[in-house]
Amino acid sequence: MNGLMILIPVALALGIAALLAFLWSLRAGQFDDLDGAAVRILRDDDGPQDRPARR
Amino acid sequence: MMDARDAMVVSGGCCAPVAFVPSAAGVDPAFVRRKDDGTGHIDFLVPEMHCAACIGKIEDGLAALPGVARARANLTSHRVGIDFDPAAVDPDALLAAIGDAGYAARPFDALAFDAAHSDTVGAGLVRCMAVAGFAAGNIMLLSVSVWSGASDATRDLFHWLSALIALPAIAYAGRPFFRSALRGISAGSLNMDVPITIGVLLAAAMSLYETATGGQHAYFDAAVSLLFFLLVGRFLDYRMRDVARSAAARLMSLSARSAMRIAPDGTVAHVAIAEIAPGDVVRVAAGERIPVDGVVLDGASDIDKAMLTGETEPEPLRAGGRAFAGTLNLTGPLTLEVTAKAGDTLLAEIVRLMEAAEQSSSRYVRLADRVSRAYAPFVHIIAAATVIGWLLAGAGWHMALTTAVAVLIITCPCALGLAVPAVQVVASGFLLGRGIMIKDGAALERLATVDTVVFDKTGTLTEGSPRLSHAPAASPTEWAIAGMLGARSRHPLARALAAAADGRAPGDLDLEAVVEHPGDGMEARLAGRVVRLGRRDFVGGVVAAAEETGGSEIWLRVGDAAPLRFGFEDVLRSDARDTVAVLEAAGLRVLLLSGDRPEAVRRAATAAGIADWQAGVRPDGKAAAVAALTAEGRRVLMVGDGINDAPALASAFASMSPANAADISQAAADIVFTGRRLAPVTTAVATARLARRVIRQNFVIAIGYNVIAVPVAILGFATPLIAAIAMSTSSVLVTGNALKLPLLLRRRRRPAAGGAPDAVEHGA
Repeated sequence: MNGLMILIPVALALGIAALLAFLWSLRAGQFDDLDGAAVRILRDDDGPQDRPARR
Repeated sequence: MMDARDAMVVSGGCCAPVAFVPSAAGVDPAFVRRKDDGTGHIDFLVPEMHCAACIGKIEDGLAALPGVARARANLTSHRVGIDFDPAAVDPDALLAAIGDAGYAARPFDALAFDAAHSDTVGAGLVRCMAVAGFAAGNIMLLSVSVWSGASDATRDLFHWLSALIALPAIAYAGRPFFRSALRGISAGSLNMDVPITIGVLLAAAMSLYETATGGQHAYFDAAVSLLFFLLVGRFLDYRMRDVARSAAARLMSLSARSAMRIAPDGTVAHVAIAEIAPGDVVRVAAGERIPVDGVVLDGASDIDKAMLTGETEPEPLRAGGRAFAGTLNLTGPLTLEVTAKAGDTLLAEIVRLMEAAEQSSSRYVRLADRVSRAYAPFVHIIAAATVIGWLLAGAGWHMALTTAVAVLIITCPCALGLAVPAVQVVASGFLLGRGIMIKDGAALERLATVDTVVFDKTGTLTEGSPRLSHAPAASPTEWAIAGMLGARSRHPLARALAAAADGRAPGDLDLEAVVEHPGDGMEARLAGRVVRLGRRDFVGGVVAAAEETGGSEIWLRVGDAAPLRFGFEDVLRSDARDTVAVLEAAGLRVLLLSGDRPEAVRRAATAAGIADWQAGVRPDGKAAAVAALTAEGRRVLMVGDGINDAPALASAFASMSPANAADISQAAADIVFTGRRLAPVTTAVATARLARRVIRQNFVIAIGYNVIAVPVAILGFATPLIAAIAMSTSSVLVTGNALKLPLLLRRRRRPAAGGAPDAVEHGA
């Protein structure tokens, strides 16, 4: 029972952290240009101006 | 669109950089958005951006300009967003930089576009799905412990924890269903969301009661995972429609453009088309689409009316002639006096016809809705009967209600909710890979049942661009002259001649004083001799009566030599005949309706093997012909590309248009296909038919599951464990069945439209 008292909140906290991370990435435009993200890795010269747009 | 297509022809497609000539109009400053800190932002649309190299060239080219703070290309939406300092660089230079990289670009108003097609619905669905998925996973973790033997205080604790997660999650993630159910009830109809809402809410309420009283069974996991599965289905469905809708909205945001108005004092200003009034004077550069109807005051040009009327051959236009909105000004700048407001043009009239057709064409009821209309009352009757049955059998209220709730949870149309969208997403993904874009699932359903196909000629059955068909016996020098002069003109025949001369010319010659006489042709000097390329009377050509073929022609005369005649034809798409044959073999009736001259239409019809054709059909005539076929009880698939096809596209049962079609035709059509071939028509029909079959199989699976699970639930054996297993098994089965669709499609390698058409019965 004592173990559960620690483990359950930890499990929930991890889950919530993942959920929040997903919602953040959704808002920050990480999913705006999936096609572009797939091909950008083929560019040699990623300059500093190539960070994702923030809207 | 036309500008973009021209650039495609020049550059030969993606990744072949060729200097693109930006239209003389430049960038309308209204597109620049000023930010608070004084920097400007502008969005360009770059339709031909396709690969990593394209992104690199465009971004690097823009970043090299002084005053550009940031340039970011978005490959998914084909946009380039640029932050820049308006004092250091002006938007025209930005456009020119993209042009130098080899791409045609157009400024567009991203804010207006995003407002017109807000993605809040999609984003909301994703957030609901994320919350439901998180809750379902965590509750399932707790539930597994209960099922594997947790008891007493531990079980109660786990139930309370589940409630803690489930209740807020249901309140948040269930909103799309609750809203839709409320709308349905207030409209007096039972949609699929009513049993879902009742089931989820009752399950949550009963589970909470069980938890509070220390009961054995709580259905929190079932309620939440049900929401999760259904949201997945809902999101897939939405996503598919959104991809196409945003493409259509993108086209429309392009066509809302400005015109160059010349004020009485001679100043030139960009003005929104809506602000142009009759009597205004407007300037149209060569290569631009004519924005309003008007009379030519000054200038001469050739006008491409193919989009408006289906006529292949450009028409010369001189001072005093009438110009119509939507046609393309090919060779020379024109000054027009506006005769009609933007809302009164011939183009606007066609748009109105199209909208009227859209409204009057009977609203199609989707398969899933038809099934749920029958299914929802059935579910409620069974649940009510369960309560009454158990009460009559002598059980207590608690027992009777618990069982009824279990029945509602079991019958919740989880698999039904996935049955259709899963198949449609797989099918449209398959088609997208072949360059066929479907606007929504209903279009796929309708396409499966068409029995008549109506083709347009120019640009649909044919490629829409002329090819040299009658070459004279010209010397290599004459070919070289023809190629060089042709390449300098925007006239489509001259361009086609240049393309044809490419392989036959020895090399470049010293042509001097090249001038284009808009409406007539090109003139130049070669070693003191006058060289003319153009219309028959401009060059001085004579035709023997026997040679008169009626096709398009262009003449070349070098000095005093005999004039040479080059004949052109708008060639059929390479597989037009095969496509027609396959469609007819599949039991479809094929017709050809065109606005072009009878002899041109007859030639095309004969070549394509279509016996049933009509020529000289006006836009309203096409829509009327489609309506007449519909009245006969036929389900018509209209395939067309011109503005004149838009009303017919909108009134047909299903519609397709090629990707080089006019903007409003693409907006009106259910399906847009790319490429030079006509085969997408048969591919789409075959895929739609197969998808319909798989959807039916899915309904059988989903209903078969109910046939087994419902009696178990009615008899009171449906524990939360059984409910969870039954629900996920049927969902996985249905999804798996959908995933086999591409395999089936690939196996039937025959390009046939599905062999014998499976009987066109209706109703699921």
